[in-house]
Amino acid sequence: MRGEKRFIEGNIAIVEGAIAAGARFYAGYPISPSSEIAEYSARLLPRVGGLYIQMEDEISSMAALLGASVAGKKAYTATSGPGVSLMQENLGLGIMSEIPAVIIDVQRSGPSTGAATKPAQGDLMQARWGAHGDHSIIALSPASVQECFDLTVCAFNLAEKYRTPVYLLADETIGHLRETVTIRELEPDEIVSRKQPAEDVGPEDFRPYRYDGIMPEAMPPFGSDRYLSRTTGSTHDEKGEFRPVPENIHRVTHYLTDKIEKNAEDICMTKGWYLDDAETAFITWGCATRSALGAMEQLRARGEKVGMLQLQTVWPMPEKEIRSVLSSVKTVVVPELNLGQAAGEIRKFNDYGCKVVQANRVDGILISPEQIIRVWKEAEQHGEL
Amino acid sequence: MANYKDYMLFEKLPHTWCAGCGHGIILQAIADAFAMQGLDKHDIALVSGIGCFGRVDDYLDINCMHVTHGRALPAATGIALANPELHVLVTMGDGDGATIGGNHLIHCARRNINLTAVIANNYNYGQTGGQYSGTTPAGSITATSPYGHVEPGFDICKLAEAAGAPFVARTTPYNPMQIRNLIKRGMQTRGFALIEVMDTCPTHYGRLNKFGDAGPMLEKLNNMTVPVEKASSMSGEELEGRIVTGVLTDRPREDYYTRYKRIIDRLSTEKGSVPSA
Repeated sequence: MRGEKRFIEGNIAIVEGAIAAGARFYAGYPISPSSEIAEYSARLLPRVGGLYIQMEDEISSMAALLGASVAGKKAYTATSGPGVSLMQENLGLGIMSEIPAVIIDVQRSGPSTGAATKPAQGDLMQARWGAHGDHSIIALSPASVQECFDLTVCAFNLAEKYRTPVYLLADETIGHLRETVTIRELEPDEIVSRKQPAEDVGPEDFRPYRYDGIMPEAMPPFGSDRYLSRTTGSTHDEKGEFRPVPENIHRVTHYLTDKIEKNAEDICMTKGWYLDDAETAFITWGCATRSALGAMEQLRARGEKVGMLQLQTVWPMPEKEIRSVLSSVKTVVVPELNLGQAAGEIRKFNDYGCKVVQANRVDGILISPEQIIRVWKEAEQHGEL
Repeated sequence: MANYKDYMLFEKLPHTWCAGCGHGIILQAIADAFAMQGLDKHDIALVSGIGCFGRVDDYLDINCMHVTHGRALPAATGIALANPELHVLVTMGDGDGATIGGNHLIHCARRNINLTAVIANNYNYGQTGGQYSGTTPAGSITATSPYGHVEPGFDICKLAEAAGAPFVARTTPYNPMQIRNLIKRGMQTRGFALIEVMDTCPTHYGRLNKFGDAGPMLEKLNNMTVPVEKASSMSGEELEGRIVTGVLTDRPREDYYTRYKRIIDRLSTEKGSVPSA
């Protein structure tokens, strides 16, 4: 397998990951701190026979992604929090119509324009709930430039497998961080291609949707010479035809949540350090992972039994892995560049009396290892929090 | 010889539209335009938005993408670029096409994406009870302009023309043959084509503005029309309150995909390599 070592920033590694995964269509609207993804995609895509288009806003960008996807292309966009806010309308359409797409959110400080070029991790809940109606979502979050490449590939694979829009929640720090990474061509078995109807399923018998399980039906592209396709944001039946009757609304809503939540074991990815003997654990995601690694190394050097769990998948939350940590350590510290969005989710699983404390920062500056150590020390000295 | 029936889903009839609504006439004209060209239904993609006319895809046996309000054109842009072999038709009302989606309309025309937009303009939001839209004429009574509308309405055709559309035409449901012929010509234009059908909504707009029932309303609408050939020799005063119909703009211009494909082809023959960031 051909691999190439390169010293590049996270945003560039994301584009390399997208191309390696087979993406051939980009529609977007430039926004800091994600613009390098648009610029590099505009340079690279036509070289591999793909298309780049800059739309008039993020609303139309998301719509164009879905259009390109139903016509058979793997499609992606990159934006930041304000752009995600505009994409939510057609994100919901993608969820309801079950159309694969990848949305890269390089998070920045908010709300609104906020401090536009400063890092933040404030979009965790926007990614989870940013579309009206009940639904579930898949979101991955890289903590290194290598993970920018690797998790982008995973994002495309999950989007195809579960026929749904998937987020890559990067942040300004990781997007603009430069590290040495391996960019490589993927083996065919590392790439998930869209499921097509079985040979013996004729056009009369084919149904583009199914609601009797937790896996989506095959999705032939518009332009298939055998099958006609129908997608709609309205509640529909197996044929894709408008059917807003109570029993159908009920099963479709449950299915859209179940196909993600009940496949959590397949979707959830985590990384662990020293969890075997840990008495304290840092549970992290995204750029705060790097601060926590520094804190963990300092404490380990002093003989403290500290371990770490990094959530590479943030939605659905890796409940099994989080519970395993909560049930085996005394203290959990959750560092985040927000006011505790992941910490609140982690507390929902805390049936074990574990002390869960937060190390937060929202001034556009990274959390230092010292801040995490300070929070940990206070938690050790004081009682229940 | 293909027949319009080949493209219809008759088991879905009767349709959802009110008696006297012009949408059904446009529906048949769309299917007719497919038949006239003898298109393979697998090669047609229809994108519709939200509103009464957005339901047109329910009755057609082709590839259909029913999207959010106002976003049919950008979704169709993705389809047209991802598979340039497809015949892409976009059906919208005046809300979808010229109000919430107005920005998409002008940019799609400017880019010259290869698709055909059919806008049924009945001057109001029929599906939600007859509120005013971006095309409602000043002075009109609607559910949300009970004392007379204070805004002027957009001229959709002028808007598309100014934005660079190579083919722009207008007609009414009084003339189904013209709708059919114009949609066919639009589909045979390589690039962005817009066909505006001045439509009747006897339930809301017609009733509140004293147009009478469906028949009289259609008759009055027809009496307001002037073929473009005749209009060219009429003064501005004479054209006041009249609707000019026919092919208003026909000026072929290279479409987005053709231009972009040339870049792809050029790069594929270039030596060397992937640019480093």
